[in-house]
Amino acid sequence: MDNIQVLLQAPVFNLQLLIDGLLIGAIFALAAYGMALVWGVMNVINIAQGEFVMLGGYVTVYLSLAGMHPLLTIPVAFVALFVLGWVLYRGVIFRVVDKDLFISILATFGLSILLQQLANELFGADVRTAESGLDTVFLAGGTVTVAQIKLVAFAAAIVLGFALMLFLKNSRLGQAIRATAQNARAARILGIDTDRVYATTYALNAAICGAAGALVAMTWIIHPYLGLTYTVRAFMIVIVAGLGNLLGIIFSGAGLGISEQYAGFVLGAEFQTAFLFSLLVVILVVRNLSLKRKRKYLK
Amino acid sequence: MEGITSQIKSFRGAVIAGALGLALAAAQPAFAKVEGDTIYLGAAISITGKYSTNGKNTLDGYQLAVKRINEMGGVKVNGKSYKLEIVYYDDESTSARGAQLVERLINQDGIKFVLGPYSSGLTKAIAPVTEKYKIPMVEGNGADRGLFENGYRYLFAVLNTSDYYLREAVNLLAEQAKKHGKKPSDMRIAVAIENDNFSQDVRAGVLEDAKKYGMKVVIDDKLPPELNDMSATLTKVKALKPDLLVVSGHAKGAALGVRQVADQKVNVPMLAMTHCDSAQITEKFGKASEYAVCASQWDDDLTYEDKWFGTAKNYGSRFAKEFGYVPPYQAAESTASVLVFVDAFQRAQSFDPEKVRDAIAKTNLKTFYGPVKFDETGKNVAKSMVLYQVQDGEYKVVAPSQWAQSKLIYPTPTWQKRQ
Repeated sequence: MDNIQVLLQAPVFNLQLLIDGLLIGAIFALAAYGMALVWGVMNVINIAQGEFVMLGGYVTVYLSLAGMHPLLTIPVAFVALFVLGWVLYRGVIFRVVDKDLFISILATFGLSILLQQLANELFGADVRTAESGLDTVFLAGGTVTVAQIKLVAFAAAIVLGFALMLFLKNSRLGQAIRATAQNARAARILGIDTDRVYATTYALNAAICGAAGALVAMTWIIHPYLGLTYTVRAFMIVIVAGLGNLLGIIFSGAGLGISEQYAGFVLGAEFQTAFLFSLLVVILVVRNLSLKRKRKYLK
Repeated sequence: MEGITSQIKSFRGAVIAGALGLALAAAQPAFAKVEGDTIYLGAAISITGKYSTNGKNTLDGYQLAVKRINEMGGVKVNGKSYKLEIVYYDDESTSARGAQLVERLINQDGIKFVLGPYSSGLTKAIAPVTEKYKIPMVEGNGADRGLFENGYRYLFAVLNTSDYYLREAVNLLAEQAKKHGKKPSDMRIAVAIENDNFSQDVRAGVLEDAKKYGMKVVIDDKLPPELNDMSATLTKVKALKPDLLVVSGHAKGAALGVRQVADQKVNVPMLAMTHCDSAQITEKFGKASEYAVCASQWDDDLTYEDKWFGTAKNYGSRFAKEFGYVPPYQAAESTASVLVFVDAFQRAQSFDPEKVRDAIAKTNLKTFYGPVKFDETGKNVAKSMVLYQVQDGEYKVVAPSQWAQSKLIYPTPTWQKRQ
């Protein structure tokens, strides 16, 4: 427990952990937005979430190799993955929308393996990165450092989150998406083309993940097998925040990022993920208990 | 019904394949250990699959050795000159296939001398086979130290085992401590190493040597295999200020280490890593990779020499001329494996596998790849790992000091001073 001593004696490192956690959590939150959307609207749990992140990263890697500024590739990754999401919906996902949840998990799991292996064939197994050319901000006399690209990622996560919220609330298509989520059959009767709504939703999810992937390529590293990390984190965030609660996703993303940083600092990197899952179990148990109490009360 | 028909079909397929195989075997000359004036060496090599790049390096290394030996008149045994030739099959980068193919090399092709495959995993699969048939195998691409803990009698490796990858970094730190008027036992080390067999062997080596000097290990994190971020570990490094940070986790670990140490401006007097070349840290990260210290098996800047290739530099240029690329260490250690056989043949003056095996065990050879001398477990104890430091965007050899051509820059300038 020497590491706790360090945090108590030099509290400034708490600040570092908080900031890092918050900024890392924002990128996880981006992947989680889309997952919540697809889950809520289509009742599909998309296991290929992380693969969209990975592919978005490759868009950035290759465009920046071709001379484009990496930051400008974020919208390109967004659009490219939107198209891919649309195609995948038309090819695969539309078959599983009304089916059992288990079937959609299997189908998207298959997709994730396919995308992984394709990426391995096309781009190779090497580790790739893109250089944003941004610098680092020093705080607290140089002890606390924040890479500017992480701030960009954080800002992008917030902006995209709010844009998504406004889109769902105000636009015609957004309203159609919400209507379909509430009751697909009623929406169909009222003249909403639910198939198109589903396609848009799935494509939008892929697009958001693509943007997240662009940021990942500039902040960390990209390789064909990184998907699972993001799928698992997104899944956790959605479970904790619930569906249709974008603000909740931002908060639980930040919470996840911060607790991961503290676990890594205090317990060591090998327990970072283990701690996270233990936390998930605790949250689920607590939630189950409180729901039980509520149900009793309602009776 | 369908199951039965498909069984019949596959049975028929097997018969046809078998017949074809027999026909092929009859058509080809049955390889023997030595036939006429040719000595046949056998190998399973990853021509396809995930190791295909390094598999090609291995094969090219073997081929260059054979070519050079034959150019120089071959191997002289009992007054007669023999040419070398390699019989190899594609193991598709899978262990099971590798073991199968070596069995075939020994049983059907009559091979009596085996060269190693690429990777520790395949070597692990093949060693029990060569052991069973009492056939000597010299390998240059299986670094797992577990390979040498099974009491194998016929396995010899010219390369340094995984636990040696970063021991030299600890020695270098001790050296620098003395130079700066400090005691080596005052030095503090932070270790961030991936949680897999190979990387944990690297860690074991570092910890053993740190203990030898009485250095304190202040951070000992095991990075998860799905590693995507090590900022928590690096924050700890900032807080505890060790004198040496060791990062190892294949190409992924090296890339992430360089990027995040630079992004978070972590000041540490020495950053030691593995797999810098496969992560291409100088090409991809430019200035951020400056001063990083990296482990390597070999480098053509070293002042090693032998009678076949001359200096390491000569080897490098000859290789580049033959194959059109600069030889990575995987190729060099493959070439060295063939040289060990040649030397053993000449000392044994025999092609009896048992006598050749005993001669290999007594090897004391200088090669362009470094000195070769095996301990009783079959690993090379004469050669040490090479450490590079990135200086002005280039890898400069800084250790072991007697073969090095550049001096280590220690401590590395702080990030605040670098701009």
